[in-house]
Amino acid sequence: MGMDKYNVFAAALVEKAEYFAPGHRACQGCAEALAVRLVMKALGRDTIVAMSTGCMEIVSSPLPTTSWNVPWIHVAFENSSAVISGCAVGMKALMRKGRVEKRDINFVAMGGDGATADIGMGQLSGMMERGHKAIYVCYDNEAYMNTGIQRSSSTPWGASTTTSPAGSESIGQNTNKKNMPQIAVAHDIPYVATACSSYPFDLMEKVKKATTINGASYIHVLSVCPTGWRIPFDESIKYGRLAVNSGVFPLYEVVNGKYRMTHKPEKFLPITAYMKGQGRFRHLKDTDIERIQQKVLDDYNKILKRCEE
Amino acid sequence: MATVRKGIEVSIALAEAVGQANVDVIAAYPITPQTHIVEHLAEMVADGHLDAEFVPVESEHSAMSVCCGSSAVGARTFTSTSSQGLALMAEIFYIASSLRLPIVMALANRSLSGPLSIWNDHTDTMMVRDSGWVQVFVENGQEAYDHMFWAFRVAEHPDVLYPTAVNLDGFILTHMIEPIIFEDNETIKKYLPDLKMKNVLHPDNPVSMGCFAMPEIYTETQMAREQGLVKSYPQAVKAWDEWYELTGRRYHPIETYRADDAEYCVVTMGSYGEAAMEVVDMLREKGEKVGVVKIRLWRPFPFEDFYKAIEGKKHLIVLDRAISFGGPGGPVATEIRSALYNRKNAPAIVNYVLGLAGRDVTPGDFIKILHEGKEKALKGDTAGYTLYGVRE
Ligand SMILES: Cc1ncc(C[n+]2csc(CCOP(=O)(O)OP(=O)(O)O)c2C)c(N)n1
Ligand code: SF4
Ligand SMILES: [Mg+2]
Repeated sequence: MGMDKYNVFAAALVEKAEYFAPGHRACQGCAEALAVRLVMKALGRDTIVAMSTGCMEIVSSPLPTTSWNVPWIHVAFENSSAVISGCAVGMKALMRKGRVEKRDINFVAMGGDGATADIGMGQLSGMMERGHKAIYVCYDNEAYMNTGIQRSSSTPWGASTTTSPAGSESIGQNTNKKNMPQIAVAHDIPYVATACSSYPFDLMEKVKKATTINGASYIHVLSVCPTGWRIPFDESIKYGRLAVNSGVFPLYEVVNGKYRMTHKPEKFLPITAYMKGQGRFRHLKDTDIERIQQKVLDDYNKILKRCEE
Repeated sequence: MATVRKGIEVSIALAEAVGQANVDVIAAYPITPQTHIVEHLAEMVADGHLDAEFVPVESEHSAMSVCCGSSAVGARTFTSTSSQGLALMAEIFYIASSLRLPIVMALANRSLSGPLSIWNDHTDTMMVRDSGWVQVFVENGQEAYDHMFWAFRVAEHPDVLYPTAVNLDGFILTHMIEPIIFEDNETIKKYLPDLKMKNVLHPDNPVSMGCFAMPEIYTETQMAREQGLVKSYPQAVKAWDEWYELTGRRYHPIETYRADDAEYCVVTMGSYGEAAMEVVDMLREKGEKVGVVKIRLWRPFPFEDFYKAIEGKKHLIVLDRAISFGGPGGPVATEIRSALYNRKNAPAIVNYVLGLAGRDVTPGDFIKILHEGKEKALKGDTAGYTLYGVRE
């Protein structure tokens, strides 16, 4: 599917209503906040959101205010998947017993990469394994940003964070990025997708698709964080595109086990284009970048191969 | 109104009560000695006897998290745990009360690791003493059955909306077969109306739950929690009174046994109350003026009832089933000492910590403790506590 049809009047194609309202306190240029906003537009008003502790929760809900125009609950850091499981079964019981009128409601859990890939991994696995009709959206900004840019298992190799600082004895993060989408796929759930807020239509289509799935869905959204990545705040969209077009973050979906690349880069960019301007990678040497380049290509090709199967 | 009296395992009776309460969602994770409760609920759902969602979660942390979600949409929600399970879910246990979600829990009390032990004491529940839940202790199977309805009734009252934990001693109660009177569903329906919460998660009336607080407002949120929990007291009493009217079984926040003319009393919480009553009968026959004071409502603590119950007593021998390492005594005694401090004619307090992790406490032990405790009180030897029965 080409993006061409959206070239003209693209804004007119987007839902006008804001369910994640302006006035929240995210940093300037926060593409995670943009991702939340787009996801909410795709979900619409008949949605219940359970959100993990993290940047998006903190910027949107200082008592006594809220940015949420849909029913929203925050309980803790690691458990939005379990909380939304509870919302889903609770509503199911109430509708079956005739105490709440039947209607389609989207049950959506949201968390950062730390909430998802680290502390809440077991609970997310539980949600997917039990097969609730619920959507889990991971906003991956590749570190614990809310607490001050600490590494997570989703931080890429070589990135300098406050708990994986680069130094004379340290490359920065010395482990590879945990592959959450593949872990979700391994749960045999009907829908898994990756997305990025630099590709709003692709993102929103995937979210809409997830709402039609009868079972658990997982959407992993690369969410550029200018503060944590140390890039200019007006370049978040650009860096999201560079991540996708260099193959660092392929956009694909897996429907009932069937892979499809939803966006193929027109011209495959070298990863230097993506890494160059980012403060978190500034310390890396050419040989390090080469190593990363090789891994990016290998990983990309793995996904590509699955798409061709 | 028909009642049936059955010899039945307390866990099974308790699960049947939860079923009769027409619960909507049960989320739980197995741990001894709670297992029979949730197994039986799973079975009731599987056999179609109970129209509810049973969520077999992957941890207790998730159990309480699922409970938060289901309660937040307005579903009647139940869970049960013990010991390590409670420790694992403790984070969410606290949040459930701050969210004012009327979840009901049967807490089958068991010791905390380590060393690992599956047996009964109160170390698990003391960990969540300050969590803002309504907390009640039962003494036998009938009370356990009755208090399931009471717990939903109190938790869900619009003036309360607090999660409520019914503490019952693991094994000593959970695994006993006792004669229990079952109420019919008509009675239960009368006593326990459908859950109606004003603020629930529903698209027609979007609310935000669980917003964070800056220092300028956090203190006020805690004041609101405190006032709310204190306000649950009259509802707790009312719910007991109405249960009495329907069933003839009467409960109070603080209960006494042969205490009116007693010179001194033993203070218990949970199933030890039964043994204490037996021992008091024995001692009364020998002319000793001794009685029992039983704490049923642990949170909110019923100060006035307690003051009334102990009025005129010369000393109290307070039994604790949990230890506070490096602290001034067991949690119950510490509470009571603090409640009585600066009160005129307050009785002397002697504190024993005993029965840890299922260590047997015989009537003989009780008698020994009462006599020794009385002597200590008379000697003014009332500081700290004694860990009873430590083998040299
Ligand atoms: C149990 C627990 N441990 C730690 C924290 C502290 N904490 C809050 S948010 C956060 C990091 C969030 O990172 P992520 O999920 O990636 O979200 P982001 O802020 O990056 O969007 C941490 C460590 C917490 N709130 N609860
Ligand atoms: S730290 Fe990053 S993710 Fe968090 S609000 Fe700022 S830009 Fe957004
Ligand atoms: Mg993050």
